[in-house]
Amino acid sequence: MEIKQTALAGTLESSDIQITLSQGSNGIQIELDSSVEALYGPQIKQVITTTLQAAGIDNTQVKAVDKGALDCVIKARTLAAAQRALGTVDEPNWEVL
Amino acid sequence: MVNTLKNKVEREIPAEFLETRKGFESTEIGNPEIQRTAPQVRVSTGDDKVVDSIEDIVKKLVKDGMTISFHHHLREGDFIFNKVMDAIISLGIKDLTLAPSSLTNTMNDKVVEAIKAGTITNITSSGMRGSLGEAVSHGLLKNPVIFRSHGNRARSIENGEIKIDVAFLGVPNADRLGNANGMTGDAAFGSLGYALMDANYANKVVLLTDNLVDYPNTPASIKQTQVDYVVKVDQVGDPDRIGTGATRFTKNPKDLKIAKMVNDVIVHSPYFKQGFSFQTGSGGAALAVARFLRQSMIDSDIKASFALGGITKPIVDLLEEGLVNKVMDVQDFDKGAASSMKNNKNQQEIDASWYADPENKGAMVDQLDVAILSALEIDTDFNVNVMTGSNGVIRGAIGGHQDAATAKMTIISAPLTRGRIATVVPKVSTVVTPGSSIDVLVTEVGIAVNPKRQDLIDAFKQVPGLPLVSIEELQQRAEKIVGKPQPLEYTDRTVALVTYRDGSLIDVIKQVKD
Repeated sequence: MEIKQTALAGTLESSDIQITLSQGSNGIQIELDSSVEALYGPQIKQVITTTLQAAGIDNTQVKAVDKGALDCVIKARTLAAAQRALGTVDEPNWEVL
Repeated sequence: MVNTLKNKVEREIPAEFLETRKGFESTEIGNPEIQRTAPQVRVSTGDDKVVDSIEDIVKKLVKDGMTISFHHHLREGDFIFNKVMDAIISLGIKDLTLAPSSLTNTMNDKVVEAIKAGTITNITSSGMRGSLGEAVSHGLLKNPVIFRSHGNRARSIENGEIKIDVAFLGVPNADRLGNANGMTGDAAFGSLGYALMDANYANKVVLLTDNLVDYPNTPASIKQTQVDYVVKVDQVGDPDRIGTGATRFTKNPKDLKIAKMVNDVIVHSPYFKQGFSFQTGSGGAALAVARFLRQSMIDSDIKASFALGGITKPIVDLLEEGLVNKVMDVQDFDKGAASSMKNNKNQQEIDASWYADPENKGAMVDQLDVAILSALEIDTDFNVNVMTGSNGVIRGAIGGHQDAATAKMTIISAPLTRGRIATVVPKVSTVVTPGSSIDVLVTEVGIAVNPKRQDLIDAFKQVPGLPLVSIEELQQRAEKIVGKPQPLEYTDRTVALVTYRDGSLIDVIKQVKD
């Protein structure tokens, strides 16, 4: 699916992650800034990528500012950002959830 | 490949460091005969001690290659360290060994500057944090830092391993001959516990004060017989940053739950009886324990013979209420504790040797029943790390951790996870306190008792509602929440040696990979 608008979900609070999605044409490109990057960098990128793919997004620029969020939080924020970017907030894809 | 040998806590120690030190073997000290050293004395009638300029005194006393020391009782409000180091750096003095009781954040940038200038080439400390910890972990200092506990520093000063040439000691009051205490004046901080070692053993003792009082000044914690010079300075420290005001009672439900569980462990242990003794730290949960313990002591009509260590207002309150007979005070963490010392004759100032020196004719920690300590990490062998953060960078201090852990029952109180970082792990990144001296781990989801303490397990099993679990279960539970982290990457280069309280090598810290 096509990104219609740049969208953001999440905060910069401890244990949260802020995900910003904008249009891209070269696959899923993730720019990650994480307080636990050395320990969980690849894992965080993996969760974001899988969640976006499940939401049907194959091309996007992702900016992720992570403050030690757990995987469930990363997934939730990514999905919220995806729905906002796709303009599907009113019609959530329940199967992805 | 670096040639290494494994010590008794399964840590690989590079052989080059085992030429002058042994690897950690046991928490038992035994009864060895120790030879102590004595300082040089420059004879004086005492009429020539007052000096106006730090530069003059530094020029006169500090030479290339010397060992200099400071105390950290002024904590984040310290003005002395940076002033003295500025003078030393600008005089172009080189190759100094810095041997303070500890390093606080306010000193970090100055130490980094002094290392870069070649002024400081060796450091021994209780710990380091912030920009200095980062710099050292990234390899700024050529020679490895030696981390020592407060008890081990006292031991090393006494036996001459640390030979202090010049001690620069900030005090909130002093007379012209150097009689001084920590209790009165704008920069009052209470106990001078760590600085008393330097005053007793340094070849040259320089006091720096903003409060020159009439001779003779009493009570004298530091005595005129120990002091060479008294330097008058504008301000010793910032009172608001030396100690925070009243420490607030934590409202964090997780901290409160842990504190309540720690109290349950204490109360149901065989040690909770008339005349017991304890030490708590300064964190939110530790302070909350003092509150719960107070109520339990009142309910059971039990009084403690002494409370030990770094002292806080809630501990002084117990003293004033008559629930604790004596407070044995090596340092004060807040203004309440610092200012009460002059009024409470039962709040006894003790030096670091009396507090915790393992090679002593009996230290206070040897008499301690219950110690409540914190941890950055604890592993399934109960080894504790209070030194390196989750990224492998130095950001902590041994403090009295290893020393107090010799208590009859040592409790580690810690949350299971902090953000995405597990506290209970398969292997700690740095072993500071060996698991053999840790008895109980209390987290918000369960209590794990060291299997070697079957007596405690049996006692706690009788108590309904105490959630006893194995430490392996806690580790797995933490991993389930946060996931399995990638291993940290280090280079082969050793940036710091972590010594046990007897001087043996318990672990080394490697340079982090960029």
